[in-house]
Amino acid sequence: MRIPPIVLPVFVAVGVAALTLSAMRSPEPRTEPPLDPRISDDLRTTVAEVNAALRRLWRGEVFGEASSSHADLAAVEPAPRADDLTILRRLSLALHGTIPSLEELRRFEADAGPDRLERWTAAMLADSRFADYFAERLARAYVGVEQGQFLLFRRDRFTAWLSRQLRENRPYDDLVRDMVSARGVWTGEGEVNFLTGAFANDEFDPDKLAARTARAFLGQRIDCAQCHDHPFEHWKQNEFAGLAAHFAHLGLSLAGVVDKPENRDRRMAAAEADVSPRPPPAVPFHPEWVPSAGSEREKLAAWLTHPENRRFERAIANRVWGLMFGRPFAARLLVRSVAGPDGEATWTWTDRAVDDLPDPDDPRFGSQLEVLDILGRDFRTHGCDLRRLIQVITACDAFRLDSVHPAGEQPSPAELSESRREALQQQLERIEARWAVFPLIRLRPEQVIGSMLQAHHVQTIDQNSHLFVRAVRFFRERDFINEFGDPGTEELEDRTGTIQQALLRMNGDFAHELSEERPFTAPGQIPAWSPSPEQILENVFLSCLSRRPTEEERACFLPQLQPSDGRSADGVIQDLYWAVFNAPEFSWNH
Amino acid sequence: MTHHSSHHAVHASAAWRWLLAPCLRSRRAILRVACAGGVSFLLPAMSAAAANLRGSERKKSLITLWLAGGPSQLDTWDPHPESKHGGPVRAIKTSVPDLKIAHLFPQTAERMHHLSVIRSLVSKEGDHERGTYFVQTGYRPDPTVVHPSLGAILARSLPDESVEIPMHVALATGDSFEAPRGGYLGAEYDAFRIFDPGRNLQNMRARVPAERQERRLENLQAISQAFQRRRELQAEATRHQQVLQQALTMMTSEQLRALELDDEPRAVRERYGETRFGRGCLVARRLVEQGVRSIQVTLSGFDTHANNFEGHQTQARILDPALAALIDDLAERDLLPSTVLLCIGEFGRTPRINGLDGRDHWPHGFSCLIGGGGLRSGIVLGATDPDAQVADKTRPPHDPVTIPDLYATILVTMGVDASEEIITPIGRPLRLAEGTPLDRLLT
Repeated sequence: MRIPPIVLPVFVAVGVAALTLSAMRSPEPRTEPPLDPRISDDLRTTVAEVNAALRRLWRGEVFGEASSSHADLAAVEPAPRADDLTILRRLSLALHGTIPSLEELRRFEADAGPDRLERWTAAMLADSRFADYFAERLARAYVGVEQGQFLLFRRDRFTAWLSRQLRENRPYDDLVRDMVSARGVWTGEGEVNFLTGAFANDEFDPDKLAARTARAFLGQRIDCAQCHDHPFEHWKQNEFAGLAAHFAHLGLSLAGVVDKPENRDRRMAAAEADVSPRPPPAVPFHPEWVPSAGSEREKLAAWLTHPENRRFERAIANRVWGLMFGRPFAARLLVRSVAGPDGEATWTWTDRAVDDLPDPDDPRFGSQLEVLDILGRDFRTHGCDLRRLIQVITACDAFRLDSVHPAGEQPSPAELSESRREALQQQLERIEARWAVFPLIRLRPEQVIGSMLQAHHVQTIDQNSHLFVRAVRFFRERDFINEFGDPGTEELEDRTGTIQQALLRMNGDFAHELSEERPFTAPGQIPAWSPSPEQILENVFLSCLSRRPTEEERACFLPQLQPSDGRSADGVIQDLYWAVFNAPEFSWNH
Repeated sequence: MTHHSSHHAVHASAAWRWLLAPCLRSRRAILRVACAGGVSFLLPAMSAAAANLRGSERKKSLITLWLAGGPSQLDTWDPHPESKHGGPVRAIKTSVPDLKIAHLFPQTAERMHHLSVIRSLVSKEGDHERGTYFVQTGYRPDPTVVHPSLGAILARSLPDESVEIPMHVALATGDSFEAPRGGYLGAEYDAFRIFDPGRNLQNMRARVPAERQERRLENLQAISQAFQRRRELQAEATRHQQVLQQALTMMTSEQLRALELDDEPRAVRERYGETRFGRGCLVARRLVEQGVRSIQVTLSGFDTHANNFEGHQTQARILDPALAALIDDLAERDLLPSTVLLCIGEFGRTPRINGLDGRDHWPHGFSCLIGGGGLRSGIVLGATDPDAQVADKTRPPHDPVTIPDLYATILVTMGVDASEEIITPIGRPLRLAEGTPLDRLLT
């Protein structure tokens, strides 16, 4: 028999492809949760401290003696504890951007050792999925989401650098110093992109860098002072200008980003015609923290990260809390103001963005931010260790509360009177503001698609997955996010979904393909491998919603999976997945 | 909030009723945008569907033809063949005496009496993303707040209960930053994006036959109820259900047909051109007929750093017929008096021709076309002098017009108070548009 000439090249090509694929499969070993159940006593002590502070917050003991019978200060009951699977789901979404796989859930349930959640958190933090995902989320605070000046700014290099730092668990203050005082070429030194991200209209924008620095590293929006003196805090216009002056030397050369003294002189000259004065580099408080040696940017970096600069640690604690819960710790605060000759105190609520913290020790806020102080202090004493910070936050009571609160368990709100309803709503908002219930937070687009993709597979998609699975995941995620829309840097502010997103989830190709019964996918494998309709239903619910079906759900779905005439209708499994993907429970963190 | 009163008798099953139930939901405090002096939400619903109204009875709509990349003023609406920087473009007469435009736009030239030209737009943003932000919102990028685009402001200020499809639509969008956003007004005012107008509408229809869709909704109801039962108020605040209802309403709405082009005669489609942009302009006209408030159609490809003239020739072959067909249709259907037509990009291009026969970014004096919606037509505002601007880059054009002025003008002609202040989420009051209306364009 003569072999057609085409066969050999095809054979070679297939062989090369197969070898390449197998070579590219990551050799990284799967990170099993450590069997050694040693959670340090030191961690326990800090968690107990945070929990005590949370209890004071729940009891309303945040304004000292001044506490009154005011409704906003009345004690609230915390919600009961959530079950472990729900907490594992929260952890997985926050640290890896996906829900846990069926495989992980089964292993987790089989783990009967003590401190199961703490050990699993440690394992998740050691997984490279954490470094990659968290780098992307933190990067928003440092370089935003814009693509910037193409030739001078490489966002991918920045996130790759950040991911490497997280993988090596480098101290956070070192990272900040690297970014602020970076030098060199943006393609080679990833951190340089922190600076080149602020290059627009043919020059560096020191104002943008000052604004970003204050927001990202101090949790302060002093850029409002760029145009006017901040009405509420003490920031003044010239303080902002003094901060910006640290970046005035920035320039480009063949060696990349450098400091050029003449740039500052030029900017000063240009500013003379302008109304706003351009003072020399200055910091708005504690100038004694500025070292005498080093470049302007190195001095600024040292001042920002100075061990006594509480704003620095409070800012990162508030942000990481926000990334874990979907809402920063200081999102909604009571402000006390004293009015009238009798000095009567009044309280008002204020909504704060993640980078808009009140000054430490501002008496108007009482001790509502005690939790941030404890987290910040622990962060400092442990070498600015981000993983430790995450461990503490996720081990504290607030992270483990149910998202259902007894106060909201009304039989039917539709039957309530308008005023009762309003009162109940306000009560729930107070409970949420004080972290006595886990908040309902809309998942970010990559978490939604990450979860859909994970639900599509029985095994965990990680570095060990086959390259093909990971490539599919990568492209699907990108396409989906393009269509779904990215919330950008406002990601920690409450946003509703859009009609476009609802249509995409209901009728889009992704949801359709991901719910088709095909071999090697969960919708194909689960029905084939599960011994009974009961098991099918349980596995689908576990792999998508990380829980087992309720009685009502069983009553709805079991007849579909096992019809009385023995003949299952077409697309039953696909329709089950469709419903799960579109349910609020799937796309809201709870 | 008012609620939908439309009937869906076709889908009378329990699951549909549950999903389409009128919503009496109060929105969460954080999502509330306080509106100082705004009464727009209190306006009574229109007595008749927008689709049946014509002329001055109609609430006005805006169509923006977004020329992405920065069109060259010299090769479009402000030709200067007498200048050594004019390039190979010729100036041709138009239907307005003394007004000449580039010869690449012969069909538009015949219809210039419907439009006015501004030749002296000024901006300070010479980067695509920042320039787009500025020209779409009237505000320069500001890290403390995301401003809403003009289209989002209009969708919010001029609601219409009879419209069951999105009121703010972006057709043929390219880069994600080109899609106009709701900014601090909320994600519900983001433009509804359609990548390939007239095609690929599968996301807007149920994927399965009615019987299976029924089962899907029953399943969804079962799973949603388990979640909602113990946290009804919290679940309500997510608005998940409400958004789903709106999407389902849209999926079954007759008005959705406005997004399809199957029933348009071939001759009509050919007049607009069988391109994404041409189809987008035709869909835009159909959406205006349904009462959609604000539509942007994007034509990318104006970033001609090399071979500027050839680039603009190519672009003009797409833009000229589509624009002409759109003007004709709007005029013929008596929709032009109620539809503002704006043709603009994020900036213009340098008068100086670079070594690659290209032109670079130039925000210091560029052009746009504007007309319809009760604005005066046949007017020319401002002028540029390429020779003088090449000699002195800082020299402003004659009679400069700012984007905020342009937007204040559009808001006024559409019946929106441009000076209305909105309290943004950070507590700072901001005007809808900072500029002063251009009296010369207003009647």
